[in-house]
Amino acid sequence: MIRDITLGQYFPGNSWVHRLDPRIKIIATLLFLIELFIVDNFIGFGIAAVCLGVVIAVSGVPVGYILRGLRPILMILIFTFALNIFMVNGRVLWQWKFLHITAEGLELAVFMAIRLILLLMGSSMLTLCTRPLALTDGIERLLSPFKKIGLPAHDIAMMMTIALRFIPTLLEEADKIMKAQQARGADFESGNIIRRAKSLIPILVPLFVSAFRIAQDLALAMEARCYRGGENRTRMNGMKFAKRDYAAIVMMVAFLAVIIAESWLL
Amino acid sequence: MPTESLALDDVSFEIADGQMFGIIGHTGSGKSTLLQHLNGLLKPESGHIIIGDVDITEPDIAMTEIRKRIGLVFQYPEYQLFEETVAKDVAFGPRNLGLAEEEIQERVREAIELVGLDYETFKERSPFELSGGQKRRVAIAGVIAMRPEALILDEPTAGLDPKAHKDVLKMVEEVHRRTGNITILVSHNMADIARLCDRVLVIDSGRVVTVGTPKEVFSRRRELAEVGLDLPPVTQLTEALRQRGFQIDETILSVEEAAEQIAACLKARNTHNTQNVRRTEDK
Repeated sequence: MIRDITLGQYFPGNSWVHRLDPRIKIIATLLFLIELFIVDNFIGFGIAAVCLGVVIAVSGVPVGYILRGLRPILMILIFTFALNIFMVNGRVLWQWKFLHITAEGLELAVFMAIRLILLLMGSSMLTLCTRPLALTDGIERLLSPFKKIGLPAHDIAMMMTIALRFIPTLLEEADKIMKAQQARGADFESGNIIRRAKSLIPILVPLFVSAFRIAQDLALAMEARCYRGGENRTRMNGMKFAKRDYAAIVMMVAFLAVIIAESWLL
Repeated sequence: MPTESLALDDVSFEIADGQMFGIIGHTGSGKSTLLQHLNGLLKPESGHIIIGDVDITEPDIAMTEIRKRIGLVFQYPEYQLFEETVAKDVAFGPRNLGLAEEEIQERVREAIELVGLDYETFKERSPFELSGGQKRRVAIAGVIAMRPEALILDEPTAGLDPKAHKDVLKMVEEVHRRTGNITILVSHNMADIARLCDRVLVIDSGRVVTVGTPKEVFSRRRELAEVGLDLPPVTQLTEALRQRGFQIDETILSVEEAAEQIAACLKARNTHNTQNVRRTEDK
């Protein structure tokens, strides 16, 4: 039911990929995404796909699980594919009234579809293999150089951490309230759109009340432990590069070099 | 997902008409999951749940039919209140059953009175401005107003102060007595369970440990200790006294009974002592 919502799902594990420093993983993902836009031929995608495949194999996340994450963008995928295939002019392969498929269109459609799929799979690997808290820690560290120009890196990271932390709590709360109202005979599925929207009131009102209560409790608990923002704050588990992180950097650079060379030479 | 696990396994029991049925178990033992199966919020992967002559695990059963028969009051039910007035909130359940307006109003009045609140003073008040104990009563009234054939209460006294705790339990007892229906009570308070329930089910890690009368269940001290459950305080006391050589019956569950037996013991001991004293004087 409501818990099936997969938002930045983390797939528990202890693989080499899971243990990498979150900063490395964030940068690697960004680089991977940029590289996908540098690539301008299918061989480049082949190289990227192989590399992604290796990362997935090492991480131990089932491929089926990652593919399931693609379901929400299936519509977008089909839409762009159709648009490309029918709209591009060139050598006509097939024609029916005003619809025509060109060789160029077909090529572009497949090209864009592969790019989209790789983009999504690549970025979902980041959230699948990194604990949400490690992720926000990593973002905070990566953003901290920008503190000098007034970017509140710590506050942004703290807000993200709290938001991520409370997604499951609020989902659970919503689930509980939904069940309680169902037990009182509430029906969320039948009726027209207005009736259905109305049937959400018995969930939304208690959910808002709960959210405010939780927020207030959290603020109090943080104050009680003398939380005063990021100034001079140290952390219990400092981030340190291990050997595997340096290895990952080398691989990243190599991958970048191959991609650039490949798109230059071909 | 690697995080999946079996929540309930091999759970079989029966509840007779009109019984007050207690369910006890450690946190995370599967109590709440069990309760949600009883009114169709969750469906078992295998097995059957039969209420009266209806099997609610049949795929074509109407959910409203189940909800009409089984009223479930969740833990901290006050968090489900949402209407502007107490009367409107209590009317939510009956209204969902599609009853006539008059019938709804009558049930609302009856339910509010039944949980020990004055209908005239409370009907127009906002449920959000009530005290914790009152909110909980209103929430319970919301389920009672549906006139279920069985009422399930998941820790109805959790988080209440001692007075509200006592009041809510008294109310549960009163509702049970007045309606004569099955009441299922989940609690961490062993004294309450021992005092109120006709039969008790002990659950641990999704399995039934034992079912029986409170006397039977609480006489299995060792098994209870293994699943992390205590005896009621009064039973702990009498058992400790028994070990010290007091002539007291096994597994005493009420304070009154314990007081009687301890008094009898002390009296016997006193006469015994006085006799001893007399004998020494005789010599």
